[in-house]
Amino acid sequence: MPLTLTEEQQMLKDAARGFLDEKAPVSALRALRDGDDPSGFSRDLWKEMAEMGWAGILIDEAHGGAGFGFVGAGVVAEEMGRSLSASPFLSTSVMAAAALQHYGDDAQRGAFLPKIAAGDAVFAVAVDEGSKHAPAATALKAEKSGNGFTLSGAKTFVAEGADADKLIVAARTAGAPGEEEGVTLFVVDAEASGVSRERVAMADARGYARIAFDAVSVTGDDVIGDVDDGYRILEGVLSAGRAGLGAELSGAAQQAFSLTNDYLKERRQFGVEIGSFQALQHRMAHLYSEIALAKSAVLKALQDLDDDVGAASPICSLAKAKAGEVAKLTSVEALQMHGGVGMTDEFDIGLYMKRIRAAQEMYGDPAFHADRIARMKGF
Amino acid sequence: MTDLEQFRTETKSWLEENCPGEMRDGAAREEDICWGGKRWAFQSEAQKVWLERMAQKGWTAPQWPAAYGGGGLSKAEAKVLKQEMARINARSPLESFGLWMLGPALLKYGTHEQKEMFLPPIVRGEVRWCQGYSEPNAGSDLASLQCKCERIEEDGDAHWRINGQKVWTSYADQSDWIFVLVRTDNTGSKHQGVSFILVDMEQPGVTARPIKLISGKSPFCETFFDDATAPMEYAPGVSSIVGDIDRGWDVAKYLLTHEREMIGGGGGGLLGGDGLGETAARHIGVGADGRLADPMLRTKIAQWEVDAWAFMLTLDRVKDEARAGAGVGANSSMLKYMGTELNKRRCELMMDATGADGLEWEGARSNDGAVAKAWARSKGNSIEGGTSEVQLNIIAKRILELPGG
Repeated sequence: MPLTLTEEQQMLKDAARGFLDEKAPVSALRALRDGDDPSGFSRDLWKEMAEMGWAGILIDEAHGGAGFGFVGAGVVAEEMGRSLSASPFLSTSVMAAAALQHYGDDAQRGAFLPKIAAGDAVFAVAVDEGSKHAPAATALKAEKSGNGFTLSGAKTFVAEGADADKLIVAARTAGAPGEEEGVTLFVVDAEASGVSRERVAMADARGYARIAFDAVSVTGDDVIGDVDDGYRILEGVLSAGRAGLGAELSGAAQQAFSLTNDYLKERRQFGVEIGSFQALQHRMAHLYSEIALAKSAVLKALQDLDDDVGAASPICSLAKAKAGEVAKLTSVEALQMHGGVGMTDEFDIGLYMKRIRAAQEMYGDPAFHADRIARMKGF
Repeated sequence: MTDLEQFRTETKSWLEENCPGEMRDGAAREEDICWGGKRWAFQSEAQKVWLERMAQKGWTAPQWPAAYGGGGLSKAEAKVLKQEMARINARSPLESFGLWMLGPALLKYGTHEQKEMFLPPIVRGEVRWCQGYSEPNAGSDLASLQCKCERIEEDGDAHWRINGQKVWTSYADQSDWIFVLVRTDNTGSKHQGVSFILVDMEQPGVTARPIKLISGKSPFCETFFDDATAPMEYAPGVSSIVGDIDRGWDVAKYLLTHEREMIGGGGGGLLGGDGLGETAARHIGVGADGRLADPMLRTKIAQWEVDAWAFMLTLDRVKDEARAGAGVGANSSMLKYMGTELNKRRCELMMDATGADGLEWEGARSNDGAVAKAWARSKGNSIEGGTSEVQLNIIAKRILELPGG
């Protein structure tokens, strides 16, 4: 398959940019951050995005979705990265939808997918328990009790965790933390008895939560896939999340770069535009080249996910590693080239730096993924 | 059967019948390449026969027009030919600067008569060409070149007289002809007054001397022109100058872009050869967890793997975009810059991975210092064909449209 967008995907991208520029520009993120409403995104706007077909972008038409696939999801995520739009798109429509669509049973698909596609159900994915991404370290316990399980433990860094209606939770049904065997995925009602959520304000002003599970009861019907076989599924879901974040990071990097390139043509010092200085030109040309590499890795990951979610883990690690590293470099260079105004809250460039910081950390930073690639290559 | 399938079937059986067994070893080794030319000593009868048979069909230059000796194949047919040759592991019958560089320049800027005279001998491997671009004082600033070319009239007979020096002329000591950028006018801007001229090297006024590099022997030469001459026309209608007089910079620029794409595209070899991690593990060992015993080096290699993989995908993406009509344009500078910098990094890491063994310069144990010499040679990657800094300038000006300079 050529590494280019199809006409349909390009149209989706153009439509996404138009919509987001109008409805969810950077000023909308500022309004969320500075307003009294504590939620990390606007439910009304999410309903509108659902009408655009985004909430069900991965979901098949039989369940009310648009069936655009991962490349389609990626172009929307990239545009959201450009405009720093806050929404549950990644957690609900990319990760949870991928989990249920590809690994859920008929009953789960029928119960949840149409609601996700309609924008009526917001899902969050609860994986990490420590400060660094480590899915195999899952310790949250799921103990057999009658026909069901009892969940006890805690999750952190859960995107949209405070506002979600449902949680997909990675829990340990066997083995010890550090082992890939013995992990099981559950769908848990966010309002269930024993679930307590702490909203956490983070640098990028998105909605996050720390969630404690105190003897939360779930049934066998809430298991996604098979008991003890959740790690394989989690890998697929994380691949989707990593590629989606890669796309968002790529979009954010492209926009931070473009803002900076414009600024260099405007800002004058020593009687000339500062963009005429070779010291800055070479750094910009280098960033341009690095961004080109990130874009290639992200597009390939999305295409491979459309081929086979279960086999795309290495390329999704590449996309997350490269996009994370490039976006981070771009944001810090962009800030430096903006000079003093870059330090002011009034300028948008700082918002890009903060979002990129959080997104590159989530589901594995560049070092985590470079390490995975090294292990895959046998060294 | 479609025409293309028909072509594949025919090509397959023709290759089966005509490619000598000895020529089916892929020939990855430098010394097995057939460069052709008047002074070429064929390595074997098979090498000679293989060249003759392929040239007869025009398949040494598959996509050149048949009228000029080429194969006249479409892009799709040329791809089939390449695939079928790869299938039987056939060697390339001929490599040359004529095929890579002069041919494309003539096809774009030459007259019908120039193409008729110069292209067929390139296809047949009868004439070996080299390129005279850089000068001791015109490297990155190529347009400031000063090799002088004057029109001389003696006894009513006009010819060109050339004086000056070229450097980095690859294989000049083994070539028959040279295409040279010369200055025919000094009065205008430096890009004006440059001409692209074709010169026969078999004359007393042209001398080529090999250059020894920090990596040892090299194909590079310096070439001196002392009252060398070229006629105004080699035959009726065959000017010795390609394109218009004083407008050779257009031809040169076209070829430089072409060259950059080849060098950047050469990054295709980046992931080949010994894996860095594997080599490092062999020299340094691995810990109980299966990870390389040197964690700092492991990190650097892993980061290189990430970058190299993303670069390979970028080569694919830029190619796919070009196929879809977007054109490569100034992105060839991006590929050249990233590809060569990555290769330099790879060579540094290979030296780190092999330690003292990698420093060996001679002898069978080190394959004649292969690692160290590749490392030393790689430093030239980001200098030849336009330095990294020049590529960054091109990106800044043409793609980012930054002001000044």
